[in-house]
Amino acid sequence: MHVEVRGLNKKFGDFQAVRDVEFAIGKGQLIGLLGPSGGGKTSILRMLAGLEKPDSGDILFHGRRVNDLPPQERGIGFVFQNYALFKHMTVADNIAFGLQVKKWPKPKIKERIAELVELTGLAGFEKRFPHQLSGGQRQRVAFARALAPEPQLLLLDEPFAAIDAKIRHELRSWLREMIDRLGITSIFVTHDQDEAIEVADEIMIISKGKVEQKGTPWEIYKNPQTPFVASFIGESTVIEDIASLKGFEAAASWPGTKGLIRPEYIEVGKENEFILLSATEAGRVSHVHFRGSEWLVEVQVGEIKLVTYRSLEKKVLQPGEEVRVLVHRAYLFNDNDNWVMENKLKEDPLPVHI
Amino acid sequence: MKALWITLTFIVFALLLGIPVVRIAGGAWDDGWSGFAAGLSRPEAVHALMMTGLIVVIVTAVNALFGVMLALYLVRAKWLGTQLKRIMNSIVDLPFAVSPVIGGLMIVLLLGPDTALGSLLNKAGVPIVYALPGMVIATLFVTFPLIVREVMPVLQEIGDQQEEAAHLLGAYAWTTFWRVTWPSIRWSVVYGVVLTVARTLGEFGAVLVVSGNIINKTQTATTLVYEDVENFNLTAANAVALVLAACSIGLLLFMEWAKSRKAS
Amino acid sequence: MTNMLQNRWWSWGFRSAILLYFILLIVFPIIGIYGQSLTNGWAALVDNLTEPIAWKSVLLTAKLALFATIINILIGTMAGWVLIRYRFPGRSLLNSMVDLPFALPTAVVGLMMLLLLGPRSEVGHWADSLGFTILFHEPAIVVAMVFVTFPFVIRAVQPLLEEMDASEEEAAYTLGASRAKTFFRVILPAMVPGIMSGAMLAFSRALAEFGAVVLVAGNIPGRTLVASVYIYGQIESDNPAGAAAVSVLLLTFSFLVLWLVSYVQSRRTGR
Repeated sequence: MHVEVRGLNKKFGDFQAVRDVEFAIGKGQLIGLLGPSGGGKTSILRMLAGLEKPDSGDILFHGRRVNDLPPQERGIGFVFQNYALFKHMTVADNIAFGLQVKKWPKPKIKERIAELVELTGLAGFEKRFPHQLSGGQRQRVAFARALAPEPQLLLLDEPFAAIDAKIRHELRSWLREMIDRLGITSIFVTHDQDEAIEVADEIMIISKGKVEQKGTPWEIYKNPQTPFVASFIGESTVIEDIASLKGFEAAASWPGTKGLIRPEYIEVGKENEFILLSATEAGRVSHVHFRGSEWLVEVQVGEIKLVTYRSLEKKVLQPGEEVRVLVHRAYLFNDNDNWVMENKLKEDPLPVHI
Repeated sequence: MKALWITLTFIVFALLLGIPVVRIAGGAWDDGWSGFAAGLSRPEAVHALMMTGLIVVIVTAVNALFGVMLALYLVRAKWLGTQLKRIMNSIVDLPFAVSPVIGGLMIVLLLGPDTALGSLLNKAGVPIVYALPGMVIATLFVTFPLIVREVMPVLQEIGDQQEEAAHLLGAYAWTTFWRVTWPSIRWSVVYGVVLTVARTLGEFGAVLVVSGNIINKTQTATTLVYEDVENFNLTAANAVALVLAACSIGLLLFMEWAKSRKAS
Repeated sequence: MTNMLQNRWWSWGFRSAILLYFILLIVFPIIGIYGQSLTNGWAALVDNLTEPIAWKSVLLTAKLALFATIINILIGTMAGWVLIRYRFPGRSLLNSMVDLPFALPTAVVGLMMLLLLGPRSEVGHWADSLGFTILFHEPAIVVAMVFVTFPFVIRAVQPLLEEMDASEEEAAYTLGASRAKTFFRVILPAMVPGIMSGAMLAFSRALAEFGAVVLVAGNIPGRTLVASVYIYGQIESDNPAGAAAVSVLLLTFSFLVLWLVSYVQSRRTGR
């Protein structure tokens, strides 16, 4: 289903939960609404579902305005954060509910349940009650229940928030696969960037009720359009006095400009590890943390503290050791503008871009 | 120390609760089985018990319906402002703080034969005070908070997400209530209903004031006990009181059972 | 569309029915009684209240209700504690018995007290031999009030004790506090809000009690006539204005208590 939202606003008392939100979503896409908690993501989702009335703005499905349509008639599947399973009904009854309400014939309901139980890997659990299921299984039931009446749009509110970290991973790829297979337009809300990056076709970053940026995960990472997006996506260190770093002296010509540097923009190592030694800066290792698959290295360069990763294959650095530091690029921003600046001293671009 | 406290508790319970109940059970048999049977088979006793039964049925039905709906509105309704909801919420409790006698007095003052409304209704052939309708209204007033107060916390606890899920699956209010909300609240409703029955059965002050306690007309079981005692007819009073007490204790046992169901 | 329209009509009908019921049954009578007490002006109200029998009955009720409440605070706190903290045979039986006074009709309670405390009973004999009478005197009223308000303090204290974190108590022990000190410094303060709100409810119920009291009080004006019985007497003797005046006094008192309870509770839940 094609979904379009224009000029959406919602206030709760004095709190402006959603302000002037606009977006369009193509058929079959999986969109992640990403942002800090309390940023208005869930309010947007609930307005799409018809559970909240927007103060102003239009919601269009297939080009038709649905603002005045009650939730019963919007044909939406919704998966709640805590699943909201009917706790006095079995798995099969939960899935059947929407079909019974729509007065499907009994044999067809049975068929549909069997189909969904198969699809969600819940075979053998049909007679169980929600409290007899694990978190991951409940999530699947919620998913099956939402899909049963064949909705054209699936909305998921923090679908993995209540699940153990280990199973969460598994479920994410399962969900992605499932949605691909069904080809249903889906929107999910999350505050976990890994989740959004991993699952979504496109991400909308939402903060303080506004859409900060919409795009593929890669676009957003590579080309953040606001300082909020830059600092929210990925890890980063904000540097007040970016002009004091070698290669970024030019930043001084824009007063009040700060820099944001991601760990992966930085290389750290002994002198012999660099070809372009002139572009590097002298630093001293202050801390080294083992992170399972790599080292996390903190280096002090003059007044500035930088954080970066180092492969386990390379020589182990010790705290206090003198090292060279190469900063490939920084994301610069001031009150009016923001852009990416490459290290000016690095004439030779590296063969592999990050 | 622990043993001392437990013993003390047992003594308090025995003195305060145990002995009086045993006493009344014994008192009814002062004149043997025949005295008990005679006390109960008097026409006024039969009529009074019927009257009590009738009031219990009407009051429970009305309060169950309105109590559940009011609880739903007070917890869920968005059309009631938060401020108004808060005010209504505190008003719901007021009958608890009103002495039953005062509750009865209110109805006499509003609908008594001397008032405009009362005489109008009287002329229309619907006497309120000193008749069944007044007694029902008085009991409704006194028992009003019981069901509301039992159901509201459960509604708050289960939240509205299950209901929202039902809406999104296409169910309108009626279906949602019966298929999703009701199964979650039904044991609380049962519990509230039992409380209402017990309270209605035992209602005395309000009914006494409103009914005028007319034998074979507006006398209920409790007001009959009162009159028997006033007439020093203790054995007969005991017989009726024992029936009432037995009903109450039966309800109490049922309540314990409903409580355990509610918890599960 | 017709379906939607019908739905709206239905919901409007329900809403107005409920609100109307609520207003007619609860709000109206309460406003009515305040109105009635003032129909003949403030002077008449004051007149009705300065009647010695009237104000003495209110004072007596408040005094005896206070006694009953204090007794209930003591035994209720003890019983609540014992029923939650100790495991012993008969515990669940006692726990179910707590609600008995709520379940029993008050007229039946009155009769029980009459039989128990009367001159023909053992208690009556025993008191007689010590040279005082219980029945138709103040002690009988207090006993009746204690009986009907017995569950309040227990039921208010129990949940607090149940949800109390054992680690708080254990922390006190590890810090070297004795059992008694732990009880008075850690446990009791946590129970106080429950005791208070239970006591308030018990007090307001005792103030209002009629059925259990009327049969055992003797109802001697100025000596054992409590407020609710006084009101009943005024209604019977066709003096609704006098009844309304004392009612309003009693009601206002009860509402204040009720408001205080909800205030204490909202403080406790931190809202």
